[in-house]
Amino acid sequence: MTSVIVSSPYVSQSKSLRRLMINVIIGLIPGTLAYAWFFGPSIMINIAIAVLFALGFEAVILWLRKKSIKPHLNDYSAVVTGWLFALCLPSHSVWWLIVVGIGFAMIAGKHLYGGLGFNPFNPAMVGYVVLLISFPKEMTSWHLPIPMSGETYGLVDSLKFVLGIGDSTWDAFTAATPLDHVKTALRQDIPISEIFQAPLFGKLGGIGWEWISAGWLIGGLWLLINKTIRWHIPVALLGSLGSIAWVFYLIDAETATSPLFHWLSGGAMLGAFFIATDPVSAATTNNGRIYYGILIGLLVYLIRNWGGYPDGVAFAVLLANMCVPLIDYYTQPKVYGAK
Amino acid sequence: MDIKLSRFNGGIHLDDHKSESLTRPVQVAPLPNQLIMPLKQHIGESNKPLVNVGDRVLRGQLIAGSSSPISAPVHASTSGIVRSIGPHLVAHASGQSADCIIIDVDGKDASIKVEPIEVSQMQAADILDHIRRLGVVGLGGASFPTSPKLSRGIDLGIHTLIINGAECEPYITCDDSLMQNQAYETVRGIGYLQRMLTPKKTLIGIEDNKPKAIEAMKLALQTESLPNTAVVSIPTLYPSGGEKQLIQILTGNEIPTGQLAFDIGIFCQNVGTCLAITQALELNQPLMSRYVTVSGDGVRLPGNWIVRLGTPIKYLIELAGGYVQNGLNQPNATQQHLVMGGPMMGFSLSSDNVPIVKSSNNILVMQQQLIAQQPGIHDECVRCGKCAEVCPAQLLPQQLYWHSRSKEYEKVEAYNLFDCIECGCCSAVCPSQIPLVQYYRASKSEIRATQRATFKSDRARIRFEFREKRLLLKKQQEEQKRRLKREALLKKSAAKKMDSSVADPIQAALDRIKAKKSEQVIVPKNITNLTADQQKQIDEADARRCSEHEQNT
Repeated sequence: MTSVIVSSPYVSQSKSLRRLMINVIIGLIPGTLAYAWFFGPSIMINIAIAVLFALGFEAVILWLRKKSIKPHLNDYSAVVTGWLFALCLPSHSVWWLIVVGIGFAMIAGKHLYGGLGFNPFNPAMVGYVVLLISFPKEMTSWHLPIPMSGETYGLVDSLKFVLGIGDSTWDAFTAATPLDHVKTALRQDIPISEIFQAPLFGKLGGIGWEWISAGWLIGGLWLLINKTIRWHIPVALLGSLGSIAWVFYLIDAETATSPLFHWLSGGAMLGAFFIATDPVSAATTNNGRIYYGILIGLLVYLIRNWGGYPDGVAFAVLLANMCVPLIDYYTQPKVYGAK
Repeated sequence: MDIKLSRFNGGIHLDDHKSESLTRPVQVAPLPNQLIMPLKQHIGESNKPLVNVGDRVLRGQLIAGSSSPISAPVHASTSGIVRSIGPHLVAHASGQSADCIIIDVDGKDASIKVEPIEVSQMQAADILDHIRRLGVVGLGGASFPTSPKLSRGIDLGIHTLIINGAECEPYITCDDSLMQNQAYETVRGIGYLQRMLTPKKTLIGIEDNKPKAIEAMKLALQTESLPNTAVVSIPTLYPSGGEKQLIQILTGNEIPTGQLAFDIGIFCQNVGTCLAITQALELNQPLMSRYVTVSGDGVRLPGNWIVRLGTPIKYLIELAGGYVQNGLNQPNATQQHLVMGGPMMGFSLSSDNVPIVKSSNNILVMQQQLIAQQPGIHDECVRCGKCAEVCPAQLLPQQLYWHSRSKEYEKVEAYNLFDCIECGCCSAVCPSQIPLVQYYRASKSEIRATQRATFKSDRARIRFEFREKRLLLKKQQEEQKRRLKREALLKKSAAKKMDSSVADPIQAALDRIKAKKSEQVIVPKNITNLTADQQKQIDEADARRCSEHEQNT
């Protein structure tokens, strides 16, 4: 007969945490494939290294913290962090850059705060920002998309480069990202219509970048449909970024880029669907998520146009993370029966 | 009647598992060998036993009662001999024992003499008293005595009467069977409620997964032709059967925090209670039996029974074919988990040797390994907010959990913990499998314990301060008394002195001194009363002095 007393409810219909994380990984696939198509297979190597070390650091720290290792590795949260982190780095990054970044993300960004569920900042963004500040040259050396350079890098070449044993001729192909290019050109008072004549640009955004962003959008919509994420943050983020861009675009289309360009450049789409939606570090009330998304969108625009960095998603997310307790406090829903 | 349905926040769609127990018609459970009648089967004051060990009791005989208005007496549900009166394990979330009257059933089912009553000629006050004496309580789960609830409703005035036939928890079908089986009696019970409460409209809310019950109730309603009354089919969404939620669905109103339904003119009653009222008023029959569902994958033949109160659950499970013996080669897997109530809000029983009481609607037998949440094993909260999406009270379960975990009870209260109805939706959708409701229950009891302790210490402090004050006052009074006495004495002595009735005491004193002074005239003592010789000597001396004086000059 029964002897165990359990508190009700006795039925569950939840998706497991692990399932949610796997969904996120599936959602990343279209964009990642587009990325590999335009920038070569080295991104796959980056992801592999980042994920492997993310799991490794997680395991070591869990061991040091005397926590059970296997169940925590099995929740796939470290895989997601590693994957997202790798996607933020330049397509061809040296292995030690990745290791330093993901190490900082997992140790300082996640476990020093208490591990999954307790980190106030998005760990991948913490790792990325540390690298951006510490290694500005390495972090801004992007290769030209393949359709422009015409170079196809094989897996072996890419691996050699990542491990730092390849020849250095590749440096010839490094270039600014479209966002960087626009920013620099605008500071030299070149009108937008002229800037977009440059070979770097496609129809809506940078060559390659527009398709990668479309990939994130497809994956993100899939996450919305299967309810892994909720609409509030992506809609608010893209809405506020698009709105402010639209206002400046209307005022003067020769000094401000279009909302579409902002949506399809840099980390906007990835950030809106995959990074800002990290539930642990995001606002947790529905209204709060809207404010949180709006805040990130505005900050991204501010940093892109007047800040010191070409893109601002990482800083915007971290700044918004800081505001989360405040946002959550002031956006509590009206409780049933309250006046 | 045109009814616009509203929606409550959140809620979840559950596999309802209702068909299992509805495959067979309702049966009347045979008499068990022994009845266990807990003295208290309601919310309110405890009852005292009114029989002694060895007494023969008859069906319908009052065996325990209380003089308190918030109480419901207990009647023997069949005839037999009182074997013992004392603590016995009962169906309670705490797993504790309670005082019970154990009756050895004699199988004759002999009844007390039942006087026929004529309800149409009874006044409202008489009906209330009658319902009270026959032990009717709310059969929806809370077991609040019906009579005081009704009398409060009559006092406050009711515009909408809501009859709860939603039965939203999975597995449970006892109200469904009751409505299918005894729709006419149930509807007549609603009629008696209407007679007392005189509502403007009456709504019978039934979830749309019970088409047969809806049909039966509609038919009965037509026949009995109650005015302004409608059966309302509501969408199946857990927890639509919660009182607050059902009121919200049917009227769009929320009960303000800290108030009850009748504070906003709404009176809610379960269908089972309506049947019990009819039985009390038409048959003069006390509450002695009820519909009970036995279901779950751990029992062979799920179904519904009309069960005498006091019947041991063990006996009922035997009627349902006994426990499923699965996987004999895996002894651990055979363990069954016994739940009183539904899978969302019920509670585990540590033994099947507990009785069916007035509030027992469902016995759920689940295979142990299928229990969703095991204590102590869960992932961390990632603040995904799925719990907040489904919360019918619009709370933030993730924040409640965060602060409950760190025992920040002030914060927990600030996040309105006490508006939580413990429906279990949050726990059921949590991807980290956190037993959230368990945390809230723990926090609630912790806060209540603190409140009780504060209340106690406050009372002790007030008592102490009062005592100090009293002692001080006493001391002051004594001092006052002494002072007054002293002053009185002084006054008295002064009065004695001033008895001479002289107007000016100073002048009098001066006069007295003057008089005294004039009395003591300056007569040297040594020259009074002189003898002749002495006078002569003095004269001679004087003469001598005079002569000496003359010579000198």
